[in-house]
Amino acid sequence: MATQSIERAVNTEVQLMMTCLCDAFYAGVAEATVRVLEAAGCRVHVPEDQTCCGQPAFNGGDFESSRKIAQHTAKVFSGDLPIIVPSGSCAAMHLHGNGLQFENAPDEGQMGVRSLAKRTWEVCDFLVHGLGKTTWPGRLDRRVAIHDSCHTRGSGTGAAMRTLLGSIAGVELLEIGQAEQCCGFGGTFSVTFPHISTGMGTLKLDEVHAKRPDMLVSGDMSCLMHLNGLAENQERALPHCHAVEVLAEALG
Amino acid sequence: MPNPIEQYARDLSEETREAVRKSGALTTGQRVEILQKDYEDPDALRRLAGEIKQHTIDHLDSYLEQAEASLTKAGAKVHFASDADSARQCVLGILQQSDVQRVVKSKSMATEEIHLNPFLEKQGIETVETDLGEFIIQIDEDTPSHIVRPIIHKKREEVAESFEKHGLGDYNTDPETITRRARVHLREKYMQSGAGITGGNFVSAESGRIVLVTNEGNARFSMAPNKVHIAVIGIEKIVPRDRDLAVFLNLLARSATAQQLTVYTQFIKGPRMPSQPSGPEEMHVVFLDNGRSQILGESCREILRCIRCGACQNVCPVYRHASGHAYRAVYGGPIGAVLSPLLGGKASFPEYADLPKASSLCGACREVCPVDIPIPDMLLKLRHKGKKQGVSTPGSFPMAPFATLATSPTAWRTAMTAARAMNYLPMKLAPIKPLRDWLGDRTLPKWRGGDFRRWLKTRKGNNADA
Repeated sequence: MATQSIERAVNTEVQLMMTCLCDAFYAGVAEATVRVLEAAGCRVHVPEDQTCCGQPAFNGGDFESSRKIAQHTAKVFSGDLPIIVPSGSCAAMHLHGNGLQFENAPDEGQMGVRSLAKRTWEVCDFLVHGLGKTTWPGRLDRRVAIHDSCHTRGSGTGAAMRTLLGSIAGVELLEIGQAEQCCGFGGTFSVTFPHISTGMGTLKLDEVHAKRPDMLVSGDMSCLMHLNGLAENQERALPHCHAVEVLAEALG
Repeated sequence: MPNPIEQYARDLSEETREAVRKSGALTTGQRVEILQKDYEDPDALRRLAGEIKQHTIDHLDSYLEQAEASLTKAGAKVHFASDADSARQCVLGILQQSDVQRVVKSKSMATEEIHLNPFLEKQGIETVETDLGEFIIQIDEDTPSHIVRPIIHKKREEVAESFEKHGLGDYNTDPETITRRARVHLREKYMQSGAGITGGNFVSAESGRIVLVTNEGNARFSMAPNKVHIAVIGIEKIVPRDRDLAVFLNLLARSATAQQLTVYTQFIKGPRMPSQPSGPEEMHVVFLDNGRSQILGESCREILRCIRCGACQNVCPVYRHASGHAYRAVYGGPIGAVLSPLLGGKASFPEYADLPKASSLCGACREVCPVDIPIPDMLLKLRHKGKKQGVSTPGSFPMAPFATLATSPTAWRTAMTAARAMNYLPMKLAPIKPLRDWLGDRTLPKWRGGDFRRWLKTRKGNNADA
């Protein structure tokens, strides 16, 4: 649960945190993020030793493991450049989760982890609220349904995504019903609670399809991976992609 | 073994699930509407309420003393109960002293928490719930499944059957008829009883005023004709001043039932005064600890801000799928997943340690909480507590190997590429049951580990930082 009120580093030289999900499954999203940031005038560095933000262990309550991963991430992303992430969820880990898991840890144990919270941005949030971009070029004639990921609650991401996508000529944004409801993924939650998770995702898909969109867009691939995984199984898959992929496509 | 909440959800009838889900969705929507209609910035009000409550519990020792003094000055007798058993004994003692054989009760989660009714019944004291929902729960020997809507899991046909079985009229599913019959039955009970037991939504430390909110007026009836009034109240229900009640009363009804105010809001200050024609001659306040002061000393103390509105239950997708009884305790849903492992002593933690797992950590509960409790943070802290204490619950995955991999960049990159083999394996036949179950309902995207890193290396003006 990132909050917009945090003062964070802004620079046109940035570090990209690709996220483990894009590293493993969604190379296209990471590529689009690079292209979009470059189109916005940024020079993008991609630290090679990056792995994961540690959220899977953190959510499992294994703070000992997730702290180690956070410390590794802090080491890999040292310096003072903004850290741009194509995921509201991983961004929330830096902006909020680390604070929680290091709550009672001594300062020296945090090894730069605190600095992550002052520099991390979800990519759309950064483009709009960091760099001040409010319009995006290109034309795409599409009806786009937006799924807000849970970890962007209270952050600038939702508004930023709508500002950018809505400014592309031809794009019609569609708000889906009961938007506050989770897609049912929740990482290991969907493994421990498969029945409940499937129920949650199915309700979400009902709401999405009710709007008859051409595509489903989100700022988190984890939600989309889950929703598409269910939709394919239910034979009602629809095109889905990350917001930066739409922005990259609009660039031509 | 599946998590018990997952199992409960699987076994739940679609009809019940739909009833719970629809009621939750409806109230969630109406709550947002009414708050946004009435307040420019409802979140500012939630934060203010949270700060007042946090301040109160941070200084609970002195506010509790002040409340005791104010209540005593108003003519009430104050009792302190450290646990469920001492609270029950305290109530019994008061009843015995006044030779009370029959008791009427207004809805109270604190008395549910200490299982007061079965205890009093065993002591030969007739105890009648007067809130319609709680009355139906009582005749059915059931338990409430929602803080505000105790019988949300029941169909009206079931209620009609119960009424018929208990001699409350012929089979009739008309809600108004059911209500009228209960009303006639309960009016008699009010007049026959010797004491009225209520909870308390708020206690003002400043004045000793107790606030009770109901929509049925049954709390007033429970008190008015009786000689003795006993209020069983959790110690965290204190607010510093009367004026703070404005904040909480405005939030409570809107959050709970999307009303601006409940139909009845009672302010009770002491027993009947000589100038008043009726009302209890004796008023007792039993302050219930039952693990609360222990919570105060731990990392989840913010949970004591809770004003029991049920908004987190209404919005919670897991609650909506599993219903309140899935949580096996008095409080279901997100609030229960935090409270149950903490309340009532040491046994609660292993017993309810699985509850904090029953959440996708979506944070919807925090967004609606009228006192801004960071519920997802509490769930995480309790998961961590379980991990530290080695309490194994279904869904505890070993994460240490993952941490090793995620802190060894070379091994990580190798694994990313090597795992492409997954694309050629029949994953749905994998010898890991949770994975098989997951893949039963879902497809996985193609593994493309390492592709992005390769793309980076091939492009001009290489971005990769070694």
